[in-house]
Amino acid sequence: MAGKTVYDKIWDVHVVAERDDGVTILYIDRHLLHEVTSPQAFEGLALAGRSPWRRHANLATPDHNVPTTNRARGIEGIDDPVAREQVVVLDENCARYGIEQFAMTDRRQGIVHVIGPEQGATLPGMTIVCGDSHTSTHGAFAALAHGIGTSEVEHVLATQCLVQRKSRNMRIVVDGELPFGTTAKDMILNIIGRIGTAGATGHAIEYAGSAVRALSMEARMTLCNMSIEAGARAGLVAVDDTTLDYVHGRPFAPTGAMWDRAEDYWRTLVSDADANFDTEIGIDATTIVPQVTWGTSPELVLGIDENVPAPEDFDDPAKRELCGRALAYMDLEPGTPIGSVPVDRVFIGSCTNGRIEDLRAAAAVLEGRRVAASVTQAMAVPGSGLVKAQAEAEGLDAIFRGAGFEWRDPGCSMCLAMNDDRLYPGERSAATSNRNFEGRQGHQGRTHLVSPAMAAAAAVAGHFTDVRELA
Amino acid sequence: MDAFEQHEGTVAALDRANVDTDQIIPKQFLKSIRRTGFGDNLFDAWRYLDEGEIGKNANERRINHDFVLNEPRYAGASILLARDNFGCGSSREHAVWALLEYGFRCVIAPSFADIFFNNSLKNGLLPVVLTREDVDELFGIVHREVGYALRVDLDTQTVTGSGFMAHFDIEPEPKRLLMQGLDEIGATLAHADAIREFESRHRQRMPWVFARDGNAP
Repeated sequence: MAGKTVYDKIWDVHVVAERDDGVTILYIDRHLLHEVTSPQAFEGLALAGRSPWRRHANLATPDHNVPTTNRARGIEGIDDPVAREQVVVLDENCARYGIEQFAMTDRRQGIVHVIGPEQGATLPGMTIVCGDSHTSTHGAFAALAHGIGTSEVEHVLATQCLVQRKSRNMRIVVDGELPFGTTAKDMILNIIGRIGTAGATGHAIEYAGSAVRALSMEARMTLCNMSIEAGARAGLVAVDDTTLDYVHGRPFAPTGAMWDRAEDYWRTLVSDADANFDTEIGIDATTIVPQVTWGTSPELVLGIDENVPAPEDFDDPAKRELCGRALAYMDLEPGTPIGSVPVDRVFIGSCTNGRIEDLRAAAAVLEGRRVAASVTQAMAVPGSGLVKAQAEAEGLDAIFRGAGFEWRDPGCSMCLAMNDDRLYPGERSAATSNRNFEGRQGHQGRTHLVSPAMAAAAAVAGHFTDVRELA
Repeated sequence: MDAFEQHEGTVAALDRANVDTDQIIPKQFLKSIRRTGFGDNLFDAWRYLDEGEIGKNANERRINHDFVLNEPRYAGASILLARDNFGCGSSREHAVWALLEYGFRCVIAPSFADIFFNNSLKNGLLPVVLTREDVDELFGIVHREVGYALRVDLDTQTVTGSGFMAHFDIEPEPKRLLMQGLDEIGATLAHADAIREFESRHRQRMPWVFARDGNAP
């Protein structure tokens, strides 16, 4: 019998019941909630006269809708009455059901995928779900983590389980040393460029290889975060010392004898040597250069030294059509060097790149430099209140402000522009977030996805530029 | 949710791949705490020329006549024909609610994104996967024949129309729930004893997962 993958191992210990047709009732250890995808689930729960199965499995925080300025006024500071109601309703639901919440004024509030790991609420081997597709982030801890819809949020609240069919196993092995100036963000954009936005549909991805092993936990979170952009609901990395060192001492993490017991188990969360992967992909890390997306799908990505493609460059008619539409939407001409494209706004933040190492990487580029006069706005939005406090303790806020960046309060912000942080029609951004879909950052806005260092470099130059030449 | 046994309706053809849920329902409409009120804003940025906002009267919007769903021939369509990877991106179930409220009961495509597919099943919007060849053929027919209608039969798992017939696969359990309009939560809670039993074993085996639960069950 073949060995097991990390995914197989986590799956197997969470099976409550399995039907003959292969559909499984899977137990969920941790459920993260935010204001946008939970209100209808709580309403459904109440209408059916049900209550949460295990309230302590849940942790909530408002993140999508919260403003990133004027936070001293709390919920009253949300000018948009519809957005305000959503945050109020999360407060009410958490109070009603006794669910722990880092409310808007709590210093631990932040993007749900930043605070889970930060608090140790995300632990290796857990099944973790949230009504947000970037729940794949938590896979960095060798957790089985994926996004769910609102009906499933209600299902998890009511039953502590999900009805699931097991995914296939895919392994992406990235070997070699990631070159100077390239990051986990460049690695994942490069992967998505190779396999496409549906390349891993139906699979759980395990990221492996020496380049992945060498990544910090925060970098692994960036990598796993964008698994959904390759079509995989879950992406994960096996447990090693880096994982355990990060988790140790976090508020929700076990201590003492319980830690020792947990560690013994967590150390087994590596794929067996004879485990079977349905799909395997190998990538040479040394070939990866800083990446910039040029189109309206994350798979439309270039190295900073490349030129915008033409529809004829693609063999597949569907890709040719996608390219043509993306060129029109992005207002780009084929053959344009991506490094010559000017930017209007720069956004550093999000569940992809809103952690302390991301802010440090951007600040390292910005130190002693200024945002170009042609850039309308440059914004740094820490992923949580604790990330913000840490950055301020390190003096990073002074570097951002000194360079001409706005230093904001934590939230999802311009990643999806539900609050006031947004692009205006025709504007172009350099963004460290995860989606460059049409209108994602604002009606008729044009998004280019990059790493934090590349975003900082673009802010300074006023156009995309090779951060390796600024260092 | 409404039961789905069979449905007959006219087909609207949306000929683009990778339609993401940000397009199906843009983020400004996700601020609502309700499950309804999204139909007027389905494909908002494509359907209208002006920028959509929550509460804006649809009758006062500027219509984008170049967008296929605005073509008079597709008025009243209840089956959406689409291309690969339909519903990719964000997990927002609002995308499914918007499609249903607009009047769609079924989406036919060669492939769907996983989360969208699941969300659809849980709301009585039937996602039907047909082969690329079948979907190509349907696009051809729908483009040629104004008012082309299909009959989607969940029981026999068939899609039939004038000059067209195809079979589709669906797993037995979602099929049963859809056909009876049943709540999946109720079905899972029928296993409540098994869940409790599992939980008690799991608590012994991995107590750190339950460390914050205290003694309360």
